[in-house]
Amino acid sequence: MTEIPVKIPAEPKSAPKAPPKHAPVPSARKDTLLYLDGVSRSFDGFKAINELSFVLMKGEMRAIIGPNGAGKTTMMDIITGKTRPDKGDVFFMGDVDLTKHDEPTIAQMGIGRKFQKPTVFETQTVADNLLLSLKGERRGIPALFYRSNKPDRQRIDEILEVIRLERRRNELAAFLSHGQKQWLEIGMLLAQDPKLLLVDEPVAGMTDAETEETARLLRDIAVDHSVVVVEHDMGFVRDLGVKVTCLHEGHVLSEGSLDHVSADPQVIEVYLGR
Amino acid sequence: MILGRFLAGGLKSPVILISMLVILGIGVLVPVLNLAVPPSSPFHVADHLVPLYGKYLCYGMAALALDLVWGYCGILSLGHGAFFALGGYAMGMHLMREIGTRGVYGDPILPDFMVFLNWKELPWFWYGFDSFLFACLMVMLVPGLLAFIFGWFAFRSRVTGVYLSIITQAMTYALLLAFFRNDMGFGGNNGLTDFKDVLGYDLQSGQVRSALFFLTAFFLALNLLIAAAITGSKYGKILRAVRDAEARTRFLGYRPENIKLFAWVVSAVMAGIAGALYVPQVGIINPGEFAPANSIEMVVWTAVGGRGTLVGPIGGAVLVNAAKSWFTGVLPEYWLFALGGLFILTTLFLPEGVAGLIRKAFGRRAKAPKGKDEETDQPVADATAGE
Repeated sequence: MTEIPVKIPAEPKSAPKAPPKHAPVPSARKDTLLYLDGVSRSFDGFKAINELSFVLMKGEMRAIIGPNGAGKTTMMDIITGKTRPDKGDVFFMGDVDLTKHDEPTIAQMGIGRKFQKPTVFETQTVADNLLLSLKGERRGIPALFYRSNKPDRQRIDEILEVIRLERRRNELAAFLSHGQKQWLEIGMLLAQDPKLLLVDEPVAGMTDAETEETARLLRDIAVDHSVVVVEHDMGFVRDLGVKVTCLHEGHVLSEGSLDHVSADPQVIEVYLGR
Repeated sequence: MILGRFLAGGLKSPVILISMLVILGIGVLVPVLNLAVPPSSPFHVADHLVPLYGKYLCYGMAALALDLVWGYCGILSLGHGAFFALGGYAMGMHLMREIGTRGVYGDPILPDFMVFLNWKELPWFWYGFDSFLFACLMVMLVPGLLAFIFGWFAFRSRVTGVYLSIITQAMTYALLLAFFRNDMGFGGNNGLTDFKDVLGYDLQSGQVRSALFFLTAFFLALNLLIAAAITGSKYGKILRAVRDAEARTRFLGYRPENIKLFAWVVSAVMAGIAGALYVPQVGIINPGEFAPANSIEMVVWTAVGGRGTLVGPIGGAVLVNAAKSWFTGVLPEYWLFALGGLFILTTLFLPEGVAGLIRKAFGRRAKAPKGKDEETDQPVADATAGE
């Protein structure tokens, strides 16, 4: 029940002015939302992340591709505070050092995460899943006295409409189909209203129709949020139509448009060479 | 006012309201049948049954407390008997001080066992217990504080599941060993007993017995209301979210350790109150109350009654203990087998306990039209889903 120690400017578009007591923010990361430099992390000698550098600008949407074990999930773990890097810099909004905070603090700063396997609260209704995710108070005791209010209900209705689950609002999340759970989780991300959304394999196990729908949903979200999507499905990445970063063995192999990346001989080597 | 609104939230469910009325009704009925109905009448409740029923209600309160953490927060505590016993000891210490010069040794300050041990002075932790209000405060504060310290460290180090259960069991076992020691200053092996009166009224009198019974029913109903208000609030939703997917709640910005800590402490305080009401009715508190088996029995009551239903565990505690009273009279050597068998059967065939069974029997009829709605809903919502 601690207060968030770091205050973040509310407007994501404007560059944050570093407070005078801090050292001036290096110009390289001044306008970045997410800035990873020389990040390494090994597990029992296996380098899951190796000298990884990655920059995401404000308002940008990026797709990350890469074979299994390329370090995609570990990278998300590091950004969200689940895992600490062995070395390297991880900055959010240019000057917030993410390696110094834990998961709840980072989540409250405005980094939302959707997991590879959909994790919604199955024993609660779709609407309650969103209510629990709504931006705002995160302490327990005030929640005892929480009263349902109009702005919250309206926000939940809006999100239900976006994720197309209006008609299932009072059903338990457990009864949703796999694809609908994925959407509900994206809806929970929206409810948090984060500055950055990390979305891990949103279309794994989805039908083609669901995949298309999800691409539409993410493009809509990207209009006013920064998004990082990890995905294997190339058709889906093409649908997103954004800059692509290809990871391999814990570092960036290639970066650019999907056509550029997929024409890169190194990428072809990694994906087709074995 | 804000508190009243909070408690009113607990009444949203008619089941809770009805259960509270039933409990309060029993709280009035049993004393009336004992005191006002002549012993010749078949409706008369015998004197010795009043504290026995009171004991069942105390157990019901302990099961309710356990359900708050086990049913709603996923913490399987195998040490709730410790909080129950600590509340009991706090009340027992006051009752000891009230004996005064009427003890065997007639010492105005020192309880008998201290005189027997040749102690000259009252230990510092017995100060204040001559005041009833102080003792009542300690009934809640001591279990609450232990739970706070225990939970603070256990939840912060992210100990969960079976490991947490084992630590809770170790906690109550450690207290058992400690309270057995004479030099702890709690009467050692024999514990605290020979109570004479409470607030100046004779504990053996019918009126006091009845008053204690009513108080137990009152506090049970009140605790049920508090538990229902807690679990029915948004906090209750967070609590269940932590139970089902603790890691997920962290990425939503919640601190599961703090969320759990609150319910844990409230539960310990409830168990302490149950213990405090238990002691004057059974007339003794000894270290045996810390025995791990006691805590495990609470788990059985809760499971039989229906984990996660609040009302169910209260019924479970009463049912199982009534069965125990009957069984230990008829076939004493087989009681533990019966208890073990009951637990296994419940786990295998009644995962939601008796309450789940009742809910199913009633729910099927009530839910039937709803099911149709869902069916008409499905094609629309699933049009793009397909799975």
